[in-house]
Amino acid sequence: MSETLVPPAPAPLSAEEVPLGEPKMRARDVSVYYGEKQAINSVSIDVHTEHVSAFIGPSGCGKSTFLRALNRMNDTIPSARVQGQIELDGEDIYASGMDVVQLRARVGMVFQKPNPFPKSIYDNIAYGPRIHGIAEGKNELDAIVERSLIRAGLWEEVKDRLTDSGTALSGGQQQRLCIARAIAVDPEVILMDEPCSALDPIATAKIEELIDELRGSYAIVIVTHSMQQAARVSQRTAFFHLGTLVEYGSTSDIFTNPREVRTKDYITGRYG
Amino acid sequence: MSASTLLLVVLGLGLAGWLVARSRAVMFRRAASNNRIASLPNFHGWYAAIWIAVPAILFTIIWSPIADALVTQSVLAHPAAADLPAFGIARESILSEAQAVADGSANTVFNPMARELVEPFREALGKYRVIGFVVALIIAAVGGAIAFLRLRPDFRARNKVERTVLFVLLLASLVAIVTTLGIVASLVFETIRFFGMVSPIDFLFGTHWAPNPMSNPDNPDPSRYGAIPLFWGTLFIGAIIAMIVAIPIGMMSAIYLNQYAPARMRTWLKPALEVLAGVPTVVYGYFAALTVAPAIRDMALAIGVSNPSSESALAAGVVMGVMIIPFVSSMADDSITAVPQAMADGSLAMGATQNETIKRVLVPAALPGIVAGVMLAISRAIGETMIVVMAASFAANLSANPLDAMTTVTVQIVALLTGEGSFDHPATLAAFALGFVLFMVTLGLNFIALRVVKRFREAYE
Repeated sequence: MSETLVPPAPAPLSAEEVPLGEPKMRARDVSVYYGEKQAINSVSIDVHTEHVSAFIGPSGCGKSTFLRALNRMNDTIPSARVQGQIELDGEDIYASGMDVVQLRARVGMVFQKPNPFPKSIYDNIAYGPRIHGIAEGKNELDAIVERSLIRAGLWEEVKDRLTDSGTALSGGQQQRLCIARAIAVDPEVILMDEPCSALDPIATAKIEELIDELRGSYAIVIVTHSMQQAARVSQRTAFFHLGTLVEYGSTSDIFTNPREVRTKDYITGRYG
Repeated sequence: MSASTLLLVVLGLGLAGWLVARSRAVMFRRAASNNRIASLPNFHGWYAAIWIAVPAILFTIIWSPIADALVTQSVLAHPAAADLPAFGIARESILSEAQAVADGSANTVFNPMARELVEPFREALGKYRVIGFVVALIIAAVGGAIAFLRLRPDFRARNKVERTVLFVLLLASLVAIVTTLGIVASLVFETIRFFGMVSPIDFLFGTHWAPNPMSNPDNPDPSRYGAIPLFWGTLFIGAIIAMIVAIPIGMMSAIYLNQYAPARMRTWLKPALEVLAGVPTVVYGYFAALTVAPAIRDMALAIGVSNPSSESALAAGVVMGVMIIPFVSSMADDSITAVPQAMADGSLAMGATQNETIKRVLVPAALPGIVAGVMLAISRAIGETMIVVMAASFAANLSANPLDAMTTVTVQIVALLTGEGSFDHPATLAAFALGFVLFMVTLGLNFIALRVVKRFREAYE
């Protein structure tokens, strides 16, 4: 990597002016263990609606692990253990009374590799509304599917072949299908785990555009390997290193005026 | 000087060649400037040994039927053979009796005619044995000479030996294929003979099965060779009753093992299930015949069925289903494991419960593999013999009542081939036609199932 600074986010960002307000999700002193191994050490972070928060950092720094703690996807790994507190609208998501199923309906997730179900495009989108009983009747379900696909910018491309298999789409279309699937259940937070790392630059640009459009309605958290992407799509950036949160602040500050030496070294390409 | 002596001699020569060639290569190596030759001494040894032993042994194998023919020919040329019966079993038995005495595997002859022939046989046998022996030794010597002439410090014995190994491996893989083709050919041949006596239409579509091995073989009654009741019994026991037992239980145990069982539970439950697959089918057979069948009969009596059969299709089918459970379970387990974790994650992240994820995503995604597994299971079940021989009936009934006695294709094959009919009686040949139909069906099922599995695998790679 070159020594030059990564170009800063295209300023001025309109979202910079959106007041942060009450955090949608609040994490306090969160540590995550895999068996004996500690992956995350005492991370505290706030996530806000109408903002895109980017988690950056070198491989293995724990950013994906932390992301998966936000909707308790780590529960699927038997050895994983989470300490500390994570709240959604002030409610502890690790409290014993919390219904994981409800939580994940409110905190949706998009994965690194597009993972459409081997079903039709329609059934992929209708999956969430069906299991949560959101739609009453076929017409309402049709409307949800159409709305979700429109919002994900996929409607024009697939409206004539909703019965085709979702796995037959191109990689970028599959990822937009997965985003449409996630927003079909009307979540409040969308977690994206390196959503563009399996895509080509054109598909990546489309997804980034989509993220920017969706920002207005959701709190979006995106884990990314690409600092340029973080600069382009996010308003707030968190830099993770070796399981700790080094720095968290507005994206333009992180990229132009980092407080920590490690952050500066990383974004200037000294390591990572 | 029997064939085994010859074999030992040739192998001994090979060993000697191995030692000599090896020590020559060692000498080459000592003489070489940098202590290196193209191939290690052992390869030189093997090269010589192969050249000495393999052609000689091949010759011996080819020679023995030729020698037999030549012996018989020269014996028949002897004046004492002029009085032999012209054809048939009598002639054959006299000749083989004389031959047995001549080569020492029997002591005396019963037929006086054979006694006359012992001496000519002994002479001819001795003559051709000596010829064979000498030729084999010459071939071994020539082979050895060729090998030794080629030995040089820069000779690539290693590559040559590898080529031989390749050839041996190829031969080994051909054995199974050739054997299968041979089996198919013999089945087809006998089936055609049978269909020459009973028309395929009567056989495939007739509904009355009662071959009589004691009837006149030249004039079989085609109406007694209708195999529909057998096909139905086979399907009913193997593909319907057994699958009603095996599919749900196998699937559910696979889902439990794959998705819910804690690691410790899985480590003993899975091997325990696989033990079921290792139980000899004959054990299942008497379990079916001695335990399950009477129990089902008693139950049928208890619910008021009058005069239930003690060899019900239900008993054989249920036990066969139990036998198939581990098979279905392990195929389903593999198929579910082959579905990428990302698929399950995607569903869980939508807020689906684990049960919903299994039902709506994992099982549908694994379905092609599961279907293929079930097809393989069916093909095993309908080809399965021991359980039905012991537990199913020999009575060919066309009935949809699982408490009735029914028979299967495999049971009838056993019955016909172990029966009293002569080998070229249509009742015996019918066994081959049945075997042929069974073979085609299981072959078709396996073929389709493997294709499905292959396409399914490709979908996730």
